[in-house]
Amino acid sequence: MNISPGFFYVFAGTSILFSLLVILNRSAIASAFSLLVVFFSFAGIYALLDAHLVAALQVLIYAGAILVLFIFVIMLLNVEQASFDYKRGRILTGVFAAFGAFGMVFLLGRVFRSGSAPLQPGPFSPENIQAAGGNTRVLSELLFSEYVLPFELTSVLLLAAIIGSVVLAKRGVIEKKSKEAK
Amino acid sequence: MSVEWVAVLAKTGFVITMLLSVAPVMNWVERRGAGFIQIRRGPNRVGPFGLLQTVADAVKFLFKEDRVPAHVSPFYYFIAPIVVLVPACMTFAVIPFAGPITIAGQVIPMQAADLNVGFLYIFAIASLGVYGLIMGGWASNNSFSILGSMRSSSQMISYEISLALSVVGLVMIHSTVELGQMVKLQSEALLSFGPIVIPRWGIFVQPIGFLVFLTAVFAETNRLPFDLPEGEPEIVGYHVEYGAMKFATFMMAEYMNMAVASGLAVTLFFGGYQLLPGMGTVLGALHLQGSTQDWIRVLFEIISFTVKIAFFMWFFVWVRWTLPRFRYDQLMDLGWRVMFPLSLANICVTAALVYKGWV
Repeated sequence: MNISPGFFYVFAGTSILFSLLVILNRSAIASAFSLLVVFFSFAGIYALLDAHLVAALQVLIYAGAILVLFIFVIMLLNVEQASFDYKRGRILTGVFAAFGAFGMVFLLGRVFRSGSAPLQPGPFSPENIQAAGGNTRVLSELLFSEYVLPFELTSVLLLAAIIGSVVLAKRGVIEKKSKEAK
Repeated sequence: MSVEWVAVLAKTGFVITMLLSVAPVMNWVERRGAGFIQIRRGPNRVGPFGLLQTVADAVKFLFKEDRVPAHVSPFYYFIAPIVVLVPACMTFAVIPFAGPITIAGQVIPMQAADLNVGFLYIFAIASLGVYGLIMGGWASNNSFSILGSMRSSSQMISYEISLALSVVGLVMIHSTVELGQMVKLQSEALLSFGPIVIPRWGIFVQPIGFLVFLTAVFAETNRLPFDLPEGEPEIVGYHVEYGAMKFATFMMAEYMNMAVASGLAVTLFFGGYQLLPGMGTVLGALHLQGSTQDWIRVLFEIISFTVKIAFFMWFFVWVRWTLPRFRYDQLMDLGWRVMFPLSLANICVTAALVYKGWV
C-alpha cells in the first residue's frame, strides 16, 4: 500500500503554487498566510520521508511560532497594500533578479548533472532508525551527544540576536526618556 | 481490505464521532452545571432534563440568517472559523484511548495515529489554532476585534511556552514522547502501603509540572479564569463580527479543545486508559478467555478513559463558575513571572533527581 508518490506530488505542487503566491500577492498578510501553507506542505513532505520529528518541529516552530511573529509585525505596522515604490528601484531590482535567476539555474544544472551517479545511502536507513527506537530518539541522542556543541552554540547565537533586537528597539525609547529627564 | 485499513478507518471514525458529539453534550453540561452551582435550574424545558436544548440551539444557529458585514475581507472572514476548528479536530489523533489489541495476528494500537513524535504532534497542531483568532480579528476590519485578536493570540503564545515546558519533566522521567509508551510506564507502582498501591502516575512524580500544565491548559483553551478572548462583560473579543453558525463554530472548537486538553491531562498525568480502581478485580472475576477477554478489557479501558476525561471536563465547568476572571495584565504577569520560571525550575529539579536516580 504505497500511497506516498501521489501525496508527494500533492504537497510539492501546493508548496510551489503557494510559494509563488507568497511573492506575487499584493497584500502582505495574504503573503504571510500563503507562506503558512508552504510550511505545511514542507511538513507533509518531511512526514512522507518518515522524518516525523522534523515535520512536527517544522509545524511547531516555523508555522506555530515564527510566522505568528511575522503576522504580528505586519498587523502592527498595518502594511495593507505594497508600500514599496516599484518604479524607483526597477532597474536595480531587475539586475538583481536576473543574477538570482541565473545563479539558481546554474545551481540546478550542477545538481542534476552530478546526480547521474546513484546516491549513497547513509547509516540512517528507515529500518535502522526503527530498530534504534524511532527517529525522535535517534535524532535527540545525536543532538545531545555528537552535536551538542553546535546545538548549544546555535542557541547562544539566537540569544545574542534576541538581545540585539531588544537593544535596538529600546535605544530610541531610552534616549527619548533621558532627553525628557533633562 | 486488510485488517490494518479497517482498523484505521474504524478508529478514526470513532475518535471523530466522539469529538464532534463532545460540543453539544458539553454545552448542556455547562449550562446545567452553571444552574447547579448558582442554585437555579438551567435549561429544563426542551426534552428530559433539557437535554434537547443544545439540539434546538444548533437548529437555531443553522437557520439564522448568515449575515456578512459589508466591511470585512470576505475570504479570510469565511475561513477563520474553519482554521480554528480543523486543528481542534486533528489533535486527538495521537491520544490512546485503550491498550493495544491483537486482531488476526496484528497488534492494533488504540489511537487514530501511532506517531513516534507523540505529544509533540499535539503541540504542533494546537499551535495553529492561533491563526484562526488572528484571521478572524484581522478580517473583521474592526479595531476592537483586531485588538481582541492581538490580546488572545499573545495570551496563547505566552502560555504555550509554559505548557510545553511543563511536560519536559515527564519526558525526562519516562524518556519517551510517545503517549502509548508513557501510559504503559505509568502502570508501575511508585509506592505501596500494604494493600494501597500508588501508581507511577504523572501527577505523583511531577506535581508541579501538573500544576503548570493545568493552568496553561486553561489559558490555551480560553476558559475562565483566562477567557479574555471572549470576556463578554468588559472587553470585546476577536469574534465580535461573527454570528450564527460561524460563531457557533468558534464555540465548538473551544469545546473540542477542552476535550483534547482533558485527554492529554489524563494521558500524561492520570495513567491514561488504565483501569480505575476495582475494575481490574471485576475483569479478573469474569474469568474470560482469549479474544473475548481482550475485547472486554478494551471496553473497560475505554470506559475508564472516558470517566477520567469526563471528570476533567466537569472540572473545566466547575472552575468556570467558581473563579472570577483575571485582568489582562495579571494574566500576563502570571504567565511570564510565575508559570514560566516555575516550569524552568521544575525542569532543573527533575533533571537533578533523574541524574541521582531518585525518580
